[in-house]
Amino acid sequence: MSHTLFDKVWDAHVVKKIEDGPDVFFIDRHFIHEVTSPVAFLGLKSRGLGVLYPERTFATADHNTPTINQHLPVVDPLSAKQLKALEDNSNEYGISHWGLGHQKNGIVHVVGPENGITFPGATIVCGDSHTSTHGAFGAIAFGIGTSEVEMVLATQCIMQPKPKKMRINVNGLLGKGVTSKDVALYIISKLSTSGATGYFVEYAGNVFENMSMEGRMTVCNLSIEMGARGGMIAPDETTFNYLKGRPLSLTGEAWDKAVVYWSTLKTDKDATFDKELHFDASDIEPMITYGTNPGMGMGISKNIPEAGKAKGGEATYKKSLDYMGYHENDSMIGKQVDYVFLGSCTNGRIEDFRAFASIVKGKKKADNVTAWLVPGSHEVEAKIIEEGILDIITEAGFALRQPGCSACLAMNDDKVPAGKYAVSTSNRNFEGRQGPGSRTLLASPLVAAAAAVTGVVTDPRDLL
Amino acid sequence: MAYDKFHILTSTAVPLPLENVDTDQIIPARFLKATERKNFGDNLFRDWRYNPDNSPKENFVLNNPIYSGKILVGGKNFGSGSSREHAAWAVYDYGFRCVVSSFFADIFRNNCLNIGVLPVQVTDAFSEKIFEAIYNDPNTEIEINLPNQTITILSTGDQESFDINTYKKDNMLNGFDDIDYLQNIKGDIETFASKLLL
Repeated sequence: MSHTLFDKVWDAHVVKKIEDGPDVFFIDRHFIHEVTSPVAFLGLKSRGLGVLYPERTFATADHNTPTINQHLPVVDPLSAKQLKALEDNSNEYGISHWGLGHQKNGIVHVVGPENGITFPGATIVCGDSHTSTHGAFGAIAFGIGTSEVEMVLATQCIMQPKPKKMRINVNGLLGKGVTSKDVALYIISKLSTSGATGYFVEYAGNVFENMSMEGRMTVCNLSIEMGARGGMIAPDETTFNYLKGRPLSLTGEAWDKAVVYWSTLKTDKDATFDKELHFDASDIEPMITYGTNPGMGMGISKNIPEAGKAKGGEATYKKSLDYMGYHENDSMIGKQVDYVFLGSCTNGRIEDFRAFASIVKGKKKADNVTAWLVPGSHEVEAKIIEEGILDIITEAGFALRQPGCSACLAMNDDKVPAGKYAVSTSNRNFEGRQGPGSRTLLASPLVAAAAAVTGVVTDPRDLL
Repeated sequence: MAYDKFHILTSTAVPLPLENVDTDQIIPARFLKATERKNFGDNLFRDWRYNPDNSPKENFVLNNPIYSGKILVGGKNFGSGSSREHAAWAVYDYGFRCVVSSFFADIFRNNCLNIGVLPVQVTDAFSEKIFEAIYNDPNTEIEINLPNQTITILSTGDQESFDINTYKKDNMLNGFDDIDYLQNIKGDIETFASKLLL
């Protein structure tokens, strides 16, 4: 019988099937952070339970860590308390903990892959919806709630009905200035934020085959924004080359043996999906969102669609444009920009900083723009310095901040003020996402860089 | 987290006919800093419910005394976005035991089921009937019958059945959660884990 990549990984992790119920699904790697874990640990304590496999659990502080002066005590008492709870709980249960100041600290979905904790064929969960990022390695990875965090700590399993399967194929050649972020935003704009709900997505086609690991992570990261539980890409030489030699990757014979198994993790030729979609790479432009969900995006040269042509109810659509201060048929080019945010688990990796630098090199930051450039981890920060990117951005008038989730969800001090516009490389443009009343335009690092040096929404192709 | 058993719920309902209500609206990120599960209901729909000076926004439905009840009727694609269970806690702590929508985001639906809020998915047509009935008469009662898996608008008699898998249904009826079940098969889990490559 033919199987999809998803079937192969899923079926290998079912401890038990429950009739007319969920599967008991075994989790290889559990990432925890400070926001969604404290109540789970309280639950464990109240039940008198321990952590079944602490060596399969990894803790990092990221959501509300400051991005300046990380050597000083955290000022916000609630943030400090959450960070302390993560540290204390990790210590108590023997979980490795990369807290603030630790050399490996960074955003959970950045530090997992770069340390080789993520691997092909793995099942990975975290109390964070962007856990879908790890699917880039051919893992089944998805976000869970706090009750499930408690469940995984206690039993290393969750109860999960097997989702339906979708394959999204993108073939052809990507145009100039079109990045993996644009591919993902394009797909979401076609599917809407609920178009893949109930499905697990496999991305296939030469566009993904030719994409770097970091590009694949960006695409899989955004799977949740089309409603999917997760997205995955079959592991290949690109995957193995990325993982080889990482601090926690396998070595020697064990590595060789694993690669043989990982190489079998691909969809069989005649396997079928519940839904299959095809897109042509040449139709994709640099993208930008104009509304208040990630599905409200368009090619940067287009005009904002009319309500009747948009997905979602008319009242919701109008509320969204009203919030953004935009109108139907407006062009996005030339729109006001006050803030630029480069970072997050979507675009806080070294390639994103290289892309940003490629545009700002030799130019100057626009005076009206406040720019927050936030690496996803200390490792990314180190590479920025090592590769001379810091010199380029400093010369252009930008400053580099310290790693964390930062203005993606503004749980720390990096909040976009009410009414201000931010071009953001993060993943969500929901109302108030980057601070109460803030207005977010999601885009690639190239579009963010173009906005940062011109001070308005600008087509990056004009600057390349 | 143990919760109250769910059997038959008869209540008036609060209408929120917006599509794509994301969990950042249900509970904004700045209210996720607690280390205990307390008082999340106070911040349910915080930025839609209150002005920046903390005065209530009169045009938001939770501030309209005409509407009340243990059922929240939302628009399509309810609960999209972040996996924060805090959103489901806020819904529960505010006093809702059931959310009705013509489409739920996956993680939000799961989170609700795990904490004792019943997500009832109805057809678009039935969703419209509920909104119409509530707008005609805010005292309209809706009956959610979990054993029979039916939702009924009592004033009009309109009824529809809804899906829930048997396992989750049993959990809701008995106030059990998954950890209770998983603890009982710990031996199976350990045997399984011992055979894994990594």
